[in-house]
Order: sequence, then structure tokens, then C-alpha cells
Amino acid sequence: MSMVVDFRDAVVVFNGFPALAGATLQVSQGEIVLLQGPNGAGKTTLLRACAGLLPVERGGARVLGVDLCVDRQSVRARVGLLGHANGLFADLSIRENISFWARLVGATSAEVDATMQRMGIDGRLAQQKVSLLSAGQKRRCALACLVVRRAELWLLDEPHAGLDAAGRDEIDAIIREASSSGATVLIASHELERAKGLATRSVSVVAGQVRA
Amino acid sequence: MNTSTSQQNSLIHVARVIAAKDLRIELRSRVVINQVFPFAGLVMVMFAFALDNDSVLSRVAGGLVWLSTLFSLIIIVQRSFAIDVADGSLEAQRVAGLDSAGIFVGKAIAVMVQLVVLEILLFLAAVVLYRVSLNGDGVVLLVTCVVFATAGLAFVGTLYGGLTAGARGRETLLPLLLLPVVAPVLIGATRATESAFTSGGAAVSEGWPWVGVLAVFAAVFGLGGILSFGSLIEE
Repeated sequence: MSMVVDFRDAVVVFNGFPALAGATLQVSQGEIVLLQGPNGAGKTTLLRACAGLLPVERGGARVLGVDLCVDRQSVRARVGLLGHANGLFADLSIRENISFWARLVGATSAEVDATMQRMGIDGRLAQQKVSLLSAGQKRRCALACLVVRRAELWLLDEPHAGLDAAGRDEIDAIIREASSSGATVLIASHELERAKGLATRSVSVVAGQVRA
Repeated sequence: MNTSTSQQNSLIHVARVIAAKDLRIELRSRVVINQVFPFAGLVMVMFAFALDNDSVLSRVAGGLVWLSTLFSLIIIVQRSFAIDVADGSLEAQRVAGLDSAGIFVGKAIAVMVQLVVLEILLFLAAVVLYRVSLNGDGVVLLVTCVVFATAGLAFVGTLYGGLTAGARGRETLLPLLLLPVVAPVLIGATRATESAFTSGGAAVSEGWPWVGVLAVFAAVFGLGGILSFGSLIEE
């Protein structure tokens, strides 16, 4: 199993404050790792640093073999970050949203169909405008966009937020399926019971440091 | 990034997908068609009521068309970025590492297409309401003027739209920043259009230097946007 995330004493300064103060974390391919910790501990900062959105000031940080201290741009196409927003276009249908990302990465229409089938999005639902969907359906659509983008590392910030029990079960099934297909998943969540059942291991993020 | 990914992330490819997406959203939502076009038409009609003098109207028709276009540009640009900011989609595009120059060009092309349709309607309205006329040379000048003025407006509008997209109070900030910057387009396009209409005894040939000004403006802001849009949305 290759190392997907390899942070060693990584320091990320955000607004003049060391939001990550020497974080060390190694994650192998196919793992589902739960990041737990109180608000403001640095979970979201860690996810955004892994996505190449925040510069690592000191220490070592490699994601998918790319040294983030040298190049933060090239890793982005291979990483999918899903935060509190879904990143969807409300006036387009589910299919059009997925097709938008498919066209950007050169995926075919058949791949869009296969992704929707894999995510349990049937023909009728696929034509629904996103603005008319439930929170769970929107989340499913957002995750389908990550699948069609062929994201190798999924960074999910509170993926269960705002969903009912059925919606949460759907999201868990999708994450497990992605992991079994070779994707690596980092989840920041306060839903500890549920997320622990989903994760292959969990780590604590406290005051900008990661503890196993 | 491998070669195939680089090709998929090329400026032209990203621009084409972004422009198609923005235009598809407009076709689905019809906000510009149902709200901006009638708004621009109303501005033209209100000017006709306010000035209420055929000779004055035919003389200032060019300026009124471009003023209506500028007001509409603000709404079109705000709408263009609102659809991307509403559910964090612009952030998603940034996270996905899309070529920011491609995003800029794609959004500008979508704005350009909407502006051109609007301008055609406004010029038709000017012919009907303000009784302006065009000869063959005037048509060539007018079309060239529309091409460069629209490109300049779309580039500068997209650049400032990106700048204000994440700002608090962006609805009021955008016109405040944008209107002074597009003043050269308003002046140049108005002069060129007056020449095309031969308003106030102007000759068609007098309009071409102004078209040159519009072309330089479009080139400067097009290039400026391609180079700086990434930093703007990154911040």
C-alpha cells in the first residue's frame, strides 16, 4: 500500500496563528481515517492543507507523492474536498452537474452513467434540478462529482451534517465503496459513533497537533 | 500531473466547459432573459420619455444604448458569480486545480454572448424608439465597435466580478469599482456608435480611432485577467 498522506511536523499558519503546529500523520491508500477533535483544533486546516489550499510553512508534507512545500497546484486535480457546501449548481440537474465535472476531466458519457448507477441515482432522479433535492440527495450528487473527477484522496469535512439517518447511511455506503475502489478518505466529523464505525482508524487533532 | 490531465486542464478546454455551463444555467434559469433584457429595454424607454425630443434622442442614441448595456453588465456579472458562490462551486473549481485563466476566459465568453444578444436588442430598440439610421460603412463600424466594446466589458466585468465574489457587500461594491473603470469603453463605444449613426453630422471614418481605443482596452483587460484571475480567486 502506497503512502497517500505523509505529514511530518507540518506547520500551517493561518491568519498569523499556527493552526497546525507540528502535525504528523501518515495515511495509506484505501484507508478511511477519522479526524476527531474539538472545534478550532485544526481538523479543517489539516484537510485544506492536504488539498493544497494552505501553504505548509515548516516541516514535511507530501500528498499522493507530491511535495506540498514545493508544488501545491498539481495535487489539486487528484484530490476532492467536500466541505459544508456541496459545490453544486442549483439550476442544473444532477446529471448536468456530474457531466460538468466529467467534461472537465475528459470522462465519457458512459462514465457519467456508470457513476450515477454506482451512486444509486436513477434516470428520473438524474433529471431533477439540484434546487429541488433533499440535503441527502445533494450530498450524494456532490460525492458523485468526486467519483467522476476520479479523486484519489477524498477530504470530507462533516459529511453527515444536516442529513437524516437514511441520508447518513447512504453517505457511509458511498464512502466504503470509494475506499474499496482504492480511494483514500479523511473525514473530519463530530458524529463520532457513526464515523468510528465507518473509519478504519481514528486520530485526534488537538491544538493543531495530531495524536494517534 | 500527467500529460492527459494537463491537456484536460488546458485554458481552452476549461474555458469551453465553463462557458457552456454558465450559458446552460442561464437557459435553465432565464434570469437574464426574463429580468435583465426587460430592465435594459425599460431604461431605453424611460430615456425616450425623459428626453422626449426626436432630434436629441437620435443624437444621443449611441450613448443611451451603451449606458443601458453598462447597467445590464453589472447585473449579468453579479449573476455570473452568484451561481458560482452560492453553494461553494467557485471554491470547488479552485480546489480541483482548474486553470484559473480558463475559468476567467470561460466566464467572460458567457458574459460576452449574453451582452451581444442584449446589444442587438438595444440597437433594434434604438432604431425604433430613437429613429436612428445606418448606412453600409456604418454597419461595419458598428459591428466592429460592438465586438471590441463587448469583449472589453466582459473581460473587465469578469475580472472585477472575481475580485468582489467573496467580498461582503459585493452587490454594491461591484458597481462602485466597475463603473469608473469602464468609463473609457462608454466614451469610446459612444463616439464610435455616433459616427456609425452619423449623429450630429459625424462622419463614419471618425469612429475608427475610437474602435482602436476599445481594442486596446479589451486586450489589456483580457491579458490582465488571464494573468491575475488566479490570484484574485485564490485570495
